[in-house]
Amino acid sequence: MVKQDEVKLIGVWASPYVARAMIALNLKGVEYEYIADDLFNKSELLLKSNPVYKLVPVLIHGDKPICESRIIVEYIDQVWASSGPSILPADPYDRAIARFWASYVDDKFFPANRVLFWGKDEKSIAEAKEQFLAALLQLEEAFVNCSKGKSFFGGDTINLVDIAVGSFLSWLKAFEIITGTNFLDKKKTPLLVEWAECFRSVDAATEVLPEAEKLVEFWKFAQAG
Amino acid sequence: MASEKEVKLLDFWLSPFGVRTRIALEEKEVEYEYKEEKNLILGEKSELLLKSNPVHKKIPVLIHHGKPICESLIIVQYIDEVFPSKTPILPSDPYARALSRFWADFVDKKISQYALRIWRLKKGEELDETKKELVENLRMLEAELGEKKYFGGEDFGLADIAFVPFTSWFYSLQAFALLSVEEEFPKLTAWGNRCLERKSVAKSLPEPKKVYELLSARRKELGVE
Repeated sequence: MVKQDEVKLIGVWASPYVARAMIALNLKGVEYEYIADDLFNKSELLLKSNPVYKLVPVLIHGDKPICESRIIVEYIDQVWASSGPSILPADPYDRAIARFWASYVDDKFFPANRVLFWGKDEKSIAEAKEQFLAALLQLEEAFVNCSKGKSFFGGDTINLVDIAVGSFLSWLKAFEIITGTNFLDKKKTPLLVEWAECFRSVDAATEVLPEAEKLVEFWKFAQAG
Repeated sequence: MASEKEVKLLDFWLSPFGVRTRIALEEKEVEYEYKEEKNLILGEKSELLLKSNPVHKKIPVLIHHGKPICESLIIVQYIDEVFPSKTPILPSDPYARALSRFWADFVDKKISQYALRIWRLKKGEELDETKKELVENLRMLEAELGEKKYFGGEDFGLADIAFVPFTSWFYSLQAFALLSVEEEFPKLTAWGNRCLERKSVAKSLPEPKKVYELLSARRKELGVE
């Protein structure tokens, strides 16, 4: 018998998308059960809860599954509106801007990264590197406009954009270790460098972000396989 | 009386993404100035477009009180939040809202790229693959719609607005890819006709024959035919 207010999250430890859901839940102080899945051997629960994409994260609230990380984060923000800080801005225009940049992260930033670090073809990797660096510069500019001089894209507290980008910080660090390159460069994107430090020390994020070294091991293992 | 309308829409008549925003504005009975990017098909973009959407340089762009909002689904949600009416585009229930967003997002991820690419493909493997993907994904939409009046149930909403512009492309899909939506997807066809009964949709959707004529001309230019 499912209790109406039971919260479960199906995830895998290395996924930045899963990290987003966990950060949001932590921010709102929501107690939940974490169910670790195996993407090479997906559970019945996952396949039943996300038949369309068969991917993590899936938030299960009572008996209702919610899929897609940004949709999950907005759901959490709405359901637990009265606990913790707001994840989406109150003003509709600011909200549209936050959604725009969160969408940019998934449409431009992540795909470039995927090819850059997991791609096999030299030409696409070179193109992806350019796109990735351009995206970082774009996000630096976005940060100026969104933060209005404060520590986060959301101002004093983290918002949807902080979570969208911040969920990726451990992987970014891992890739810096793997390639020996500083992607977050103090000279090119000084504000993002500072922001990254601030984000990593936010309580809701600290326990969630995996250690970069563990991700390096995971990447090496995946490359060998 | 203001000589300049406070709501402007930068758009292109053919664009399904633009159609979404037009439907939303009509649903809310918002008076707006429609600015067509006349030479978009030739790759020419106006100064205003480049200034208003420097990141993606794409239409549609809604300009409200001089402030630009980009990305069609983000614009539609903005319109819903700023212009209240008796018929909200997104439901107030968090779970229903998440489902609405999920299926609107599905159209973006799984329908638009195939539907908008298929017309420019020569007969061959790529056309067959693209058609196969599109058919599979339309099948998922047909299953999700089921016996409902609209994707959200009784109320016309975000998911309907996300998908209905593509109904103007069905005639072209039949002509260029031998994909008969009417035959293969009766529920989606009936739903499309129901949507057309709404003033906002009838007013905003381009005529299928006009879409076909433009695409046909472009196919000849590109040497597809």
